[in-house]
Amino acid sequence: MALAPAITDLEQLKNHPAVARLRGWNAEAVTGVKFDRDEMTIYVDRAFIREACVALKDDPECPFNFLSDVTCVDWYPAEPRFEVVYHLLSIPNKERIRLKVRLNSASPAVESLTSVWPGANYFEREVFDLFGVRFTGHPYLRRLLMPEDWEGHPLRKDYPVEGYR
Amino acid sequence: MAHLNPTPVLEPGQDRTMILNMGPQHPSTHGVLRVLLEIDGETVVRMMPDIGFLHTGIEKTCEAKFYQQVVPLTDRIDYLCPLTNNLCYVLAVEKLLGLEIPPKAQWLRVLLNELTRINSHLVWLGTHAMDIGALTVFLYCFREREEILKIFEMVSGQRMMTSYFRVGGLALEPPLGLFDRVRDFAGSFPERIDQYENLLTGNPIWTMRTKGVARMTAEDAIALGASGPTLRGSGVDIDLRRDMPYSSYEKFQFKVPVSQEGDVFARYMCRVQELRESTSIVRQALDGMPEGPTKADAPGIVLPDREKMKTQMESLIYHFKIITEGFAVPPGEVYQAVESPRGEMGYYIVSDGTAKPYRVHMRAACLANLQTLPKMCEGRLLADVVAAIGSIDIVLGEIDR
Repeated sequence: MALAPAITDLEQLKNHPAVARLRGWNAEAVTGVKFDRDEMTIYVDRAFIREACVALKDDPECPFNFLSDVTCVDWYPAEPRFEVVYHLLSIPNKERIRLKVRLNSASPAVESLTSVWPGANYFEREVFDLFGVRFTGHPYLRRLLMPEDWEGHPLRKDYPVEGYR
Repeated sequence: MAHLNPTPVLEPGQDRTMILNMGPQHPSTHGVLRVLLEIDGETVVRMMPDIGFLHTGIEKTCEAKFYQQVVPLTDRIDYLCPLTNNLCYVLAVEKLLGLEIPPKAQWLRVLLNELTRINSHLVWLGTHAMDIGALTVFLYCFREREEILKIFEMVSGQRMMTSYFRVGGLALEPPLGLFDRVRDFAGSFPERIDQYENLLTGNPIWTMRTKGVARMTAEDAIALGASGPTLRGSGVDIDLRRDMPYSSYEKFQFKVPVSQEGDVFARYMCRVQELRESTSIVRQALDGMPEGPTKADAPGIVLPDREKMKTQMESLIYHFKIITEGFAVPPGEVYQAVESPRGEMGYYIVSDGTAKPYRVHMRAACLANLQTLPKMCEGRLLADVVAAIGSIDIVLGEIDR
């Protein structure tokens, strides 16, 4: 089967329930959308990510009540350098969406989701540990996988795969 | 000698608690998990898991490998269900490529995946029962596990690190005699499950150690990101095989066991019933196995057959190119989730259009499930911690990656 091209036009995707919900709540929060390989991605302004998640979680028609995953992609040397990626699942509706927040390389920080889903705790600590992205409002933002005294963040693209830094 | 004097007087309420360090080398933490416990007598006041002892940087290593070279790495993440890891990874890459897989390969994937689930649950049941003091179950479970490992050895040449699924299909045609062997196993296995249940389900010692222990409500389980039997044991009815099917799972009939109590016994019952359902899926896969090829028709991606390489120039060139420079994957990103024996296993792969993945992230079901431990254990007895750790069925290789 051939791949259909990705749709990135907000006008075409405005009827998707999650996009409609977020734009109805705050049109400024949605900075872009992408529909590719049957997966929906919504780019959210970094200032609104926590409230956007609350809005999606409390949606009466399609509540995205389960946080599957939080991770990050480093687009070094491009700016904005970091993309923090959230995967939400709606258990009643069996739907998935992906939220993305773009962060610049200078002191990357985004609001923590631990107050919405306590389960975000370990995922955010892992991103902090391996990428150096800070989550404001996190109750215990310390390294999770690497040793406490480790220097650097191994999954950044300017960190070598082999040898010493 | 004032400094040697006097022994401090303990006020009631002061210095009542002590910190107990459990692990990382402890037989009932199922790997190298360290748990910090603040205990008051025998009651757990606070609990904090400490992980990272098995971190091997697999996600970073993947970024330096070709797409096909990542498959053996995925075996080593969750070493109790290597084929589920293989499946999740190849499904994600196939989704990135837009590749259609022949039906026989899909059905064989389902068959082996369910055997992997049985294998993983058997290890869980054996070690969990041993933690609580029922040693015999361990010996029984490993007897049947041996059968499954022999089947894995038969198809892939390896007992544990199988790497049998490849992007575009399977590594090899399944060997002759495989289906007979699997049928023998599936025929005798339900009786074996009865044996385990005879030892445990009605056993008063087992029920006292598990019923009402380490309870978790459905709301807490969802909020903490729990999945798999840990979530279904709390009464949330979701199974990705049924609700978001992949690899032709929609063509199989099976029930999803759910328990409402949310305690250790509920999670035990969920998994034991899953053993029966998986056996039924294995039988259905054997009965309805389609005919046809086990590899997709995608010359630049799937390695050609040995026979063709010796007779056709193009096949030799494709083989050389795939081995030396890999295959390019169109840019984009996918998140593919499968129902592993432990819960939602997800692979998030970002491609930048080259032959190496730009980013591979594994959503580890155990990492999220581990977060439920403090909720289950705080305020309960120290001995219940062991039962709770066993009941969430963690694999530290997956948690630390």
